[in-house]
Amino acid sequence: MKELGRINNFYQDDKVMDACSIFGMMDTAGRRFSGKKVVEAIANMHARGNGLGGGFAVYGLYPKYANCYAFHLMYLSRAGQARVEDFLRQKFHMIYAEEVPTRPIPAIVNPPLVWRYFLEVKSEGTCGQREDDYIVDRVMEINTKIEGAFVFSSGKNMGVFKGVGYPEEIAEYFCLEQYEGYLWTAHGRFPTNTPGWWGGAHPFNVLDWTVVHNGEISSYGINRRHLEQFGYNCTMQTDTEVIAYAVDLLIRRHGLPVEMAARILAPPFWSQIERCSPEKQKIPRTLRQVYGNLLLNGPFTVIIAHQGEMIGLTDRVRLRPLTVGVEGSVLYLSSEESAIRLVCPDLDRTWIPIGGEPIIGSLERPFEPAVTARGTSDMAISNRGYAKISK
Amino acid sequence: MFKERPSEISVSSLTGESDMTKVDARALSHRELNARLRELVSSGVQRIELHNVYGQRYIGTDLDKPVKIDIFGTPGNDLGAFMDGPGITVHGNAQDGCGNTMDNGEIVIHGHAGDILGLSARGGKIFVKEDVGYRAGIHMKEYQDKKPTVIIGGTAQDFFGEYMAGGILVLLGLNLKEGEGHTANFIGTGMHGGVIYMRGEVQEFQLGKEVGVAELNENDYLTLEKLIGEFTCHFDCAAQEILKCRFTKLFPLHLRPYGRLYAY
Repeated sequence: MKELGRINNFYQDDKVMDACSIFGMMDTAGRRFSGKKVVEAIANMHARGNGLGGGFAVYGLYPKYANCYAFHLMYLSRAGQARVEDFLRQKFHMIYAEEVPTRPIPAIVNPPLVWRYFLEVKSEGTCGQREDDYIVDRVMEINTKIEGAFVFSSGKNMGVFKGVGYPEEIAEYFCLEQYEGYLWTAHGRFPTNTPGWWGGAHPFNVLDWTVVHNGEISSYGINRRHLEQFGYNCTMQTDTEVIAYAVDLLIRRHGLPVEMAARILAPPFWSQIERCSPEKQKIPRTLRQVYGNLLLNGPFTVIIAHQGEMIGLTDRVRLRPLTVGVEGSVLYLSSEESAIRLVCPDLDRTWIPIGGEPIIGSLERPFEPAVTARGTSDMAISNRGYAKISK
Repeated sequence: MFKERPSEISVSSLTGESDMTKVDARALSHRELNARLRELVSSGVQRIELHNVYGQRYIGTDLDKPVKIDIFGTPGNDLGAFMDGPGITVHGNAQDGCGNTMDNGEIVIHGHAGDILGLSARGGKIFVKEDVGYRAGIHMKEYQDKKPTVIIGGTAQDFFGEYMAGGILVLLGLNLKEGEGHTANFIGTGMHGGVIYMRGEVQEFQLGKEVGVAELNENDYLTLEKLIGEFTCHFDCAAQEILKCRFTKLFPLHLRPYGRLYAY
């Protein structure tokens, strides 16, 4: 048979050599800023994605309704919307509801309806459940029981905007230039083994936890089954979903510090553990034994965010890239340094963290403006601990 | 999005330098930028300065003339991929995959480099002033007089020299403090050719199962002296100080470590 590819496409350059792009920007001093730089940065990594998914998470988004749970919902049908709204009225006080403003652009084809609801939990309504557990259960109920409706986000004072398109197109479609937040994460998608659909775009969310991810979770099956025991149902057809539920379980419900959660998702190798003193082996051994089913296998770089905190983490053999930049009180996390440099040419520091080491920006510990000379770069290689970055 | 033409200035008439061309890369996609570079090089330009480089990939790919290219900004992944002869200087950091399958030429990075530096390189030299990420030198290979060489001023992250099949990797550790050793693990895992020289302490457990440790012989010192001499010329530091310290030589224990793995 003739190899037509050689005739039609001499250089064989139609193969798409891509990976997802992720970007995060947080002012640890809590100042809110527009998404302009974030969109510019993620658009600079256009070549990493293929237009089958883009999305943003914004924190500090709805100060006017800061105490309400802000539900972003995607509807594939009007019937789905009617059923969800009945459900929400039954389970919550609905303080305000509106369609999320969008502008039609040619790149965004056949979009679903996206609405937002600001909800309060009825005082008598949770049957003794914790309020946040109540929210998670209701999200799972909508995702699994109401046809044609999916929850994009469900946290306070934050929201997720996502869909099928390049991230800069999604930003234009959702008019993101009109919003401000102190923490933004962004994602450009190159779907590998799951469909490129609106629900499968990143960020993934439950409550105020969001995850953007570059890589693939080969342990998805075992992670998913483990999480199902705790009431988390995976409905978005994408591996990243398990990470959002895993951090909710570990950090919010089990109360583990971020550093410990990181050592569950990307644990040290047994060979590394065995080189420690017996005393120092206790915690990593226990974590691997208790939470073995939440170990994320396969290549990943993620930016995890929730109210007041942004965390960058890679798998322990760093099969996907992550570069960190700090300028004043602002922390940048990105797949590529060039995207950070584009929006912030004069960084105080830029470095590439080792695999499995979480990089944490927190409102509780804002970075001090740098007193050292600008433009020096160094990598935090020598520190094999799990310390927060300190200046 | 990338429709604007580059603003280009030929400064030969101003500075007296021959055929030096400045390219503003800000509005150029990686395809446009590399097409422009091919055009300039085939028209005989000897020196090119690229300004406002923000992540364009494959810069310098398949150029086969000894043109000098200075990059200001942050070049994208696979800088110098498949290139055959040019000398690229990066005034900043390099990202992942720098020197991918490079054939000949030189890349000098006045900063750090990301992961898989020099992957599958089969010739040419790469100098990095500071640190490098994971898997530097992965699967470099050599043939007769073609010997890819990578010299790194700082330290490296894990899997340094992974699956290395040829060439020379030098890790100088100049930024390690007194008493501080390299922290990379799995050094030389799967190595089956070439040689690694490391200055500074490295423990046995940090090494892959496929590497042996040896003292340097006279030839090794001659090689190192020459390479470190070039390194110090690029980055303006003292070669003699560097050479005074103890080096460790890593070599492959087997030329086909997995030769029997899948063959029963």
